[in-house]
Amino acid sequence: MAKPKLKEHIINREWCKGCGICVHFCPKKVLELDDTDKVVAARPQDCICCKLCELRCPDLAIEVIVERQ
Amino acid sequence: MAIKDYLRERFFPHMWCPGCGHGIVLNNMLRSIEQLGLSKNEIVMVSGIGCSSRISGYVDFHTLHTIHGRALAFATGVKLGLPELNVIVPMGDGDALAIGGNHFIHAARRNIDITAIVMNNRIYGMTGGQFSPLSGIGTMATTAPFRNIDHDFDVAELSKAAGATFVARTTTFHAKQITDIIKQAILHEGFSVVEILTQCPTYFGRKNREGSASNMMELYKKNTTPIGSQAKQENPELIERGILHEVEAPEYCNEYDKIIKAAMKGK
Repeated sequence: MAKPKLKEHIINREWCKGCGICVHFCPKKVLELDDTDKVVAARPQDCICCKLCELRCPDLAIEVIVERQ
Repeated sequence: MAIKDYLRERFFPHMWCPGCGHGIVLNNMLRSIEQLGLSKNEIVMVSGIGCSSRISGYVDFHTLHTIHGRALAFATGVKLGLPELNVIVPMGDGDALAIGGNHFIHAARRNIDITAIVMNNRIYGMTGGQFSPLSGIGTMATTAPFRNIDHDFDVAELSKAAGATFVARTTTFHAKQITDIIKQAILHEGFSVVEILTQCPTYFGRKNREGSASNMMELYKKNTTPIGSQAKQENPELIERGILHEVEAPEYCNEYDKIIKAAMKGK
């Protein structure tokens, strides 16, 4: 199976409460909290599409979209 | 169907605190329902009172938000009336085992086909951090400022002894396991209990100095182990997670149907 390739991170800033769970558990340190304590994908090129942020987000505010092969 | 399609998006962002584990349960419960390919009309969600019980307001199934501790009693009525539907009852630890302790053991004893999800955050969050029957000895709470002296229940052992035919445990750290276990619990015919350890950073975490939500989840990783692991033998303090008990037994609605058939014989 080919490696999944990232298309984009869809972050719902209205729903994000800035708890930092996704930032803490990202194995590649892709995500960061910005000045307003909302999550942003600071280094999307490092993303391995493991979707751990998406699965652990208590606010259902982040989605990892993978490119179709 | 994407999991967002199962939500009532007009109520979002939800009312839970930042980092609350209940959101992770909601997230992964929807994934299990999506993977099972169930439609909105095939599910009834019945809940009682508390932070965790607010979950029924956020999902676009048939939902009932009932009185404190009595969700299982309402759910029993729904299931007997419409046994073809999947009934899921999300509850908090206090709702399930303090206020609703009686309903809980008797639903388990009847082995009625309901999936009970106990979101165990070991505290009453909504009312300000009072200790619950699952807080355990030595914990701090608003009502136990000099530490709690009450022993806690072991939900898994309790439900097993009461007659539940499917008992499992996991934590919010193990998100994929939540999806996997809830899927099996829904498919199981009989009373299924899924205990999910969820963090309450606002009360339990703050009172017990467990730090941020992510730190509390790290503790779940550290303090739990899969069933039958070597680590458990070396350190009996570890909490086991996985499917702890699964047996086949006559299901209540089926047995009730048989009684109706017997009583109607010749008519």
